Amino acid sequence: MDWKVLANALFPGGHDIVESEQFLNGTARVDGQSVSVIGTTGHAPIGVEIALAQAKAVLATVRNHPGRPIVLLVDTQGQRLRHRDEMLGINSYMAHLGKCIDLARHLGHRVVGLVYDQALSGGFITSGLMADACYALPDATIRVMGLPAMARITKVPEEKLVELARSNPVFAPGPENYLRMGGLQAIWEGDLAAQLAHAIAEAPREDQRSALGLLRGGRKAAQPVIEAIIGGSNVRAA
Amino acid sequence: METLNYRFEQGRRSLSAEPRIVGVVSSGNLEVLIESTPLGGACEVGIQTAAVGFGPIWQAVISDFHERWQLADTRIAINDMGATPAVVSLRLDQAVESMLGEGK
Amino acid sequence: MSSYLEANARERLSLFDSFEEFIGPAQRVVSPHLAQLNAPVSFDDGVVVGRATLGGLTVFAAAQEGGFMGGAVGEVHGAKLVGLLRRALLERPAAVLLLLETGGVRLHEANAGLIAVSEVMRAVLDVRAAGIPVVVLIGGSNGAFGGMGIVARCANCLVISEEGRLAMSGPEVIETANGVEEFDSRDRALVWRTTGGKHRYLLGDVQRIVEDSIPSFRQAALDAIAEARGGAVELTLAGLEAEQAMLEQRIERFGGLREPADIWAALGIAAPQDIPMLDIDAFTTAAAPYRLGA
Repeated sequence: MDWKVLANALFPGGHDIVESEQFLNGTARVDGQSVSVIGTTGHAPIGVEIALAQAKAVLATVRNHPGRPIVLLVDTQGQRLRHRDEMLGINSYMAHLGKCIDLARHLGHRVVGLVYDQALSGGFITSGLMADACYALPDATIRVMGLPAMARITKVPEEKLVELARSNPVFAPGPENYLRMGGLQAIWEGDLAAQLAHAIAEAPREDQRSALGLLRGGRKAAQPVIEAIIGGSNVRAA
Repeated sequence: METLNYRFEQGRRSLSAEPRIVGVVSSGNLEVLIESTPLGGACEVGIQTAAVGFGPIWQAVISDFHERWQLADTRIAINDMGATPAVVSLRLDQAVESMLGEGK
Repeated sequence: MSSYLEANARERLSLFDSFEEFIGPAQRVVSPHLAQLNAPVSFDDGVVVGRATLGGLTVFAAAQEGGFMGGAVGEVHGAKLVGLLRRALLERPAAVLLLLETGGVRLHEANAGLIAVSEVMRAVLDVRAAGIPVVVLIGGSNGAFGGMGIVARCANCLVISEEGRLAMSGPEVIETANGVEEFDSRDRALVWRTTGGKHRYLLGDVQRIVEDSIPSFRQAALDAIAEARGGAVELTLAGLEAEQAMLEQRIERFGGLREPADIWAALGIAAPQDIPMLDIDAFTTAAAPYRLGA
């Protein structure tokens, strides 16, 4: 989806978002208040520079606009696969972005993520998945890795993975699976602006995803294990 | 994956410690979980193995193991990823020894 | 000398004075997803979590088993880590120690693994926000990669050995995607120059480097906990702004270099080609005047 079309749908009240080498940044109006918009487009590979640019925008929001909500727009093909990024420590750049978002949340900024096109693995785990809650459009693709690469690494035949990816929630790349597993709060159709306003207002403070995964039936093992460890008891099967 | 189960009646030696585990489920290796549990004096061994079709070899290894230790009221559970009979025997002995407090 | 590298997860736990496991293998809480791929399970799903004592302190600890599925994080494995971290908020141990050896998200559990790693990341930062330091130890043959390489850099302090590696994407993945010219995954020396303990120590991404022994890791863990408890444990705006500046500088200074040893030379090290050969004492001495983040 073209980010400009998305932005107009999300922010009928106006925005000044600009794109710079696949990095999106700007301010927008939601329900009469200003929000910071930070994200990526063009299925951006997340390398050290773009991770840092997003982090810088988060920190600027925290420094200059206490309490201002932050909207993360996600469209990425995952981490950039280059020797240079590893040499420079891309994991540190990604962690830094995740920490900046976490700081913002702890300081009272509501943070909402929206996967509007693609989200892969490393490109997603320190942006959308670090928000108070993450959402997706119905046609979004969310996955861990492309199937051919997965087949090579796991030594599971590609045909088997393709078959599983058709219908198995663990492998299928549709947002419905992430929704059922608790990874997404909801999928947005229709009035995006209204849903965004609602999301900002209702942003949960705690990580509810494991509980949601159990409630919705997509991830039934995690929450009982977490509860058993917290409570010091045996695991009760769901 | 293949599942194999063995039960030996009238063991002689029961162990009285908390459950123990030895080994790792990595290629050519296995993990052995050993627990004391009332089984009417029997010893049960349950195996999940990624190496399919080696039933007779497991039979021999487990029987030898029972000959050696004659355990009673003991359940042994194994997750195996293609360990050789020698490694299996080693891990089984290590599991028992860990219950007895011998070795590390 | 007891090698940390050669030890399995449970053997590494001997660095503690005592250890009490939460949800032990006897409970058989195994992965619900591996059977459909004909992959064997492990009774602890490849991670041991629990409460330990260390030098008089009560700490929480987790040790990943690199031998099982490469230490990668699946649904149950991740939930054990999250449970440990969330319990730490209630019990408030002196620190949480994560003995990481992992490829990151367990691909056999794909979506469930990705969400799990994300939950671990949030939980680590919640522990820090509660004023409890998180210390990561890295010294297994699989290193700490993928999403867990990101989690590692969310900790207060990292301890690594020369044998340890810390990165995001494995060299094979990079070579497959962009060719052997981009990253020759079979060039072990290059892999360690790029992602190994010494390079990360020189860059300041890890704070302590130790020789490959369990007692060395134990001592470094104790030192790291003491140091962390003496400072700000939680994230602060000032701290992250400083980290932003540091990371920007790193790109400015080294972003145009192709070879890690050129970074070491740029730092001021006289004989960068000798770095890989130095033992830990000689290395830390040589690094002292030049390493970043000191």
